[in-house]
Amino acid sequence: MGQITLQGVQKSFGPVHIIKGADLEIADGSFVVFVGPSGCGKTTLLRLIAGLEDVSGGKIVIDGKNVVDTPPAKRGLSMVFQSYALYPHMSVRGNIGFGLKMAGLARDEINRKVEAAAATLNLTPYLDRKPRELSGGQRQRVAIGRAIVREPKAFLFDEPLSNLDAALRVQMRIEVTRLQKQLGTTAIYVTHDQVEAMTMADKIVVLNGGKIEQYGSPLELYERPANLFVAGFIGSPKMNFVTGELALQRGAATIGVRPEHLKIDRDGTGGWQGTIAVAEHLGSDTFLYVDAGPLGMLTARYIGELSLHAGDHVSLVPDPARIHRFDASGNALRN
Amino acid sequence: MARMATTRRVVISTAVAWLFGFLIFFPILWMVLASFKTELEAFAIPPSFLFFHWTTENYATVQERSDYFHHAMNSVIIAGGSTLIALLIAIPAAWSMAFSPTKRTKDILLWMLSTKMMPPVGVLVPIYLIYKTFGLLDSRIGLVFILCLGNLPIVIWMLFTYFKEIPRDILEAARMDGATIGRELVYVLTPMAIPGLASTMLLNLILAWNEAFWTLNLSTSNAAPLTTFIASYSSPEGLFWAKLSAASTLAIAPILVLGWFSQKQLVRGLTFGAVK
Repeated sequence: MGQITLQGVQKSFGPVHIIKGADLEIADGSFVVFVGPSGCGKTTLLRLIAGLEDVSGGKIVIDGKNVVDTPPAKRGLSMVFQSYALYPHMSVRGNIGFGLKMAGLARDEINRKVEAAAATLNLTPYLDRKPRELSGGQRQRVAIGRAIVREPKAFLFDEPLSNLDAALRVQMRIEVTRLQKQLGTTAIYVTHDQVEAMTMADKIVVLNGGKIEQYGSPLELYERPANLFVAGFIGSPKMNFVTGELALQRGAATIGVRPEHLKIDRDGTGGWQGTIAVAEHLGSDTFLYVDAGPLGMLTARYIGELSLHAGDHVSLVPDPARIHRFDASGNALRN
Repeated sequence: MARMATTRRVVISTAVAWLFGFLIFFPILWMVLASFKTELEAFAIPPSFLFFHWTTENYATVQERSDYFHHAMNSVIIAGGSTLIALLIAIPAAWSMAFSPTKRTKDILLWMLSTKMMPPVGVLVPIYLIYKTFGLLDSRIGLVFILCLGNLPIVIWMLFTYFKEIPRDILEAARMDGATIGRELVYVLTPMAIPGLASTMLLNLILAWNEAFWTLNLSTSNAAPLTTFIASYSSPEGLFWAKLSAASTLAIAPILVLGWFSQKQLVRGLTFGAVK
């Protein structure tokens, strides 16, 4: 079991409010990602759940028990750190088995469990090596092994893949997701990378300035962002925002259209007119950065190759069903 | 050409390094040589370097006149005891300052260091009177106590620097793994801090072994360590260079041997944190 509920959780360091009242229900077995720009409080929120920081107010309930006064060791959670935080003086075996040793398990049982975890993570040949003799990816696996071997109520991941190179990151992303589904253990994962968030999560928590902006499944966030911040943060390239007359016509202060929902018309006269400032040709996609005069810079995405270049004139036609409307305070307007 | 220039540079820099090494080592060499001379040859001008009448009579006289082993034992007890107590106090102190610092931690560290800036002679009279009142004069306990307090700021600073280098994440990982504070100390922190603890201990042993001001002023015979033993050879009867040299050689020999075998640790300890 690993059901985690946050009720009005607050954290301040002196006069600075880092977390301004977070309410959240995390279902048992789900994979929840905290995402947001740096300094939004996502790591602090994770550390509060872990017990590495004390809350300034509110409740953290794990499986029906308020744990705010419980030390981290007794919360039954395990954590994977950004820096891996392996014990440098212990072998891989010692690192993975440390938690079990602290729990007072018999040596045979520790060995059996460590070997099983190592087999899952392809670490068996490295069991007797020290962390410094391993590559970055292998160290990360040891850190994950240390987390899974204890069969915790939930895994907490603090930007675990940010020290890996791009190719390895994608591979580990898939491995972590698969492992979590296989074990069925609740996981909370912190990242600033929205691609990681979208691909790994069952549900995403978007944080900004210490507040939860929206909590929902990746596609919910993509299709129905609750406000301008979420609309701009989820999706790459970023959503285009248009204010002024065009927005007012649709009864909104701001309207937003994703780059992939702008139809590119070479010689059309309808839609939004502009001149291409930069064209990026990736083969699989073409990104156009269009100077649309009073509308500002607009980004359009075309699937496949499109032979348009800087200086060409284009017309961008938004898909009417995919226009997001926001009021003056930035909240989404629903029809 | 480039290769030749490099070779020449290596030769020159090696020669310069040896020259400086020799200059620094020369007084010690001279002392050792003088200890094997007769009193007459010891201050002969021009001095003889290697071609003199080698003798060990100074060592025999020194051991006969004043009991070397008594003083050496005092030095071991005073240096060892003060180091041990200093470590016992400094470990928890440095620990808490490194891992749960407060707003005042930096000030406390500076204040502790500032106590080393005062010349000890400034407090000689009050300390002497306190020691007299408590009957601590010429006692090993008294010397252990004063040397321990004297070196404590340096020990705390060194350990603090060491502990600071241990990543917080690793301690937090241990906490998440279910370790209590005590087990975190025993299984994670201490093994990681051993090089730091060792070099701090060594440096403090050397400092305490060589400390002369307090040991000379607060001891006479019972608790007198090797510093007093050396000092006794510059006496009103006149200077006995050869015997003084023999006594000094005997006094520094143990710490020299210790330093020789632990030089790697010492260098690491002294330059720790300077280069990452």
